[in-house]
Amino acid sequence: MDVTWYLVLSALLFAIGAGGVLIRRSPLVILLCLELMLNAGNLALVAFARDRGDQDGQVFALIVMVVAACEVVVGLGLIVAMFRRRLPLNVDEMRDLHG
Amino acid sequence: MVQAAFFAGAIGAIAGAIGVVALRNPFYSVLALVVHLVALAGLFLLLYAQFVAAAQVVVYAGAVMVLYVFVAAYVGAVEEPIWEPIPGQRFLAPLLAAAIFVELSIAILGTGLSALDSEGPTVPLGFGSPAAIGTLLLERFLVVFEAASMLLLVAAVGAVVLAGRRRVASEPGGSGVEDEHAVGGIP
Repeated sequence: MDVTWYLVLSALLFAIGAGGVLIRRSPLVILLCLELMLNAGNLALVAFARDRGDQDGQVFALIVMVVAACEVVVGLGLIVAMFRRRLPLNVDEMRDLHG
Repeated sequence: MVQAAFFAGAIGAIAGAIGVVALRNPFYSVLALVVHLVALAGLFLLLYAQFVAAAQVVVYAGAVMVLYVFVAAYVGAVEEPIWEPIPGQRFLAPLLAAAIFVELSIAILGTGLSALDSEGPTVPLGFGSPAAIGTLLLERFLVVFEAASMLLLVAAVGAVVLAGRRRVASEPGGSGVEDEHAVGGIP
């Protein structure tokens, strides 16, 4: 398969994730859609690594996975804190930052 | 054979992604994301990225998704209001997503990189194997590797600070052991 196929697939997955961020209101589902976009980026990185015959892109994809894990941990911690304080789990109602 | 495997993986990945966005219950969205991640791991295998595929299944579809499942079960199903802050957001958002896709596709298909229209060069044996990736991580990308470990540590501490129990002023019975662990500047 040509590398172009993988890149177009990764563009499609990124667009689906971006659309999900725009449509959904629940912070949990928005985090899931962020995961979709990060994984689309990972697919592009690995596809380019195949295209170049170079493994650096795969290392880059692994580091992206580390960053995604950190983002998940902090995001889920925020969601649990919001739930504990009985705040609405709706990004449209979370308008201000003051505690 | 490779084509069939690619299209199977691609269809699985796209179906999982659409499931994440379209399913109403967050719990089912998490399960759809697991399908997406496993399909993506298959595509990584087709691209000779064995170690990345294994890490994808073990770390992502395994550990991270368990975290998501726990939080989805803890928070429960939250009903999302139909109320739209921007008029026509439900119709505008897919249009914008389609615009992103078209733009990225034009950029990919119109690029001058002629090597994209091939399967890529023939790779040596062991390309993308754990040994090769580990050698790269510990020699050429050692600083990156250590920075990633520091980032994970900071994120773990931050999550404990964010989600840790803190003092609840209105509850008289709440002043127990939990107050010892009140952390951060947040009341």
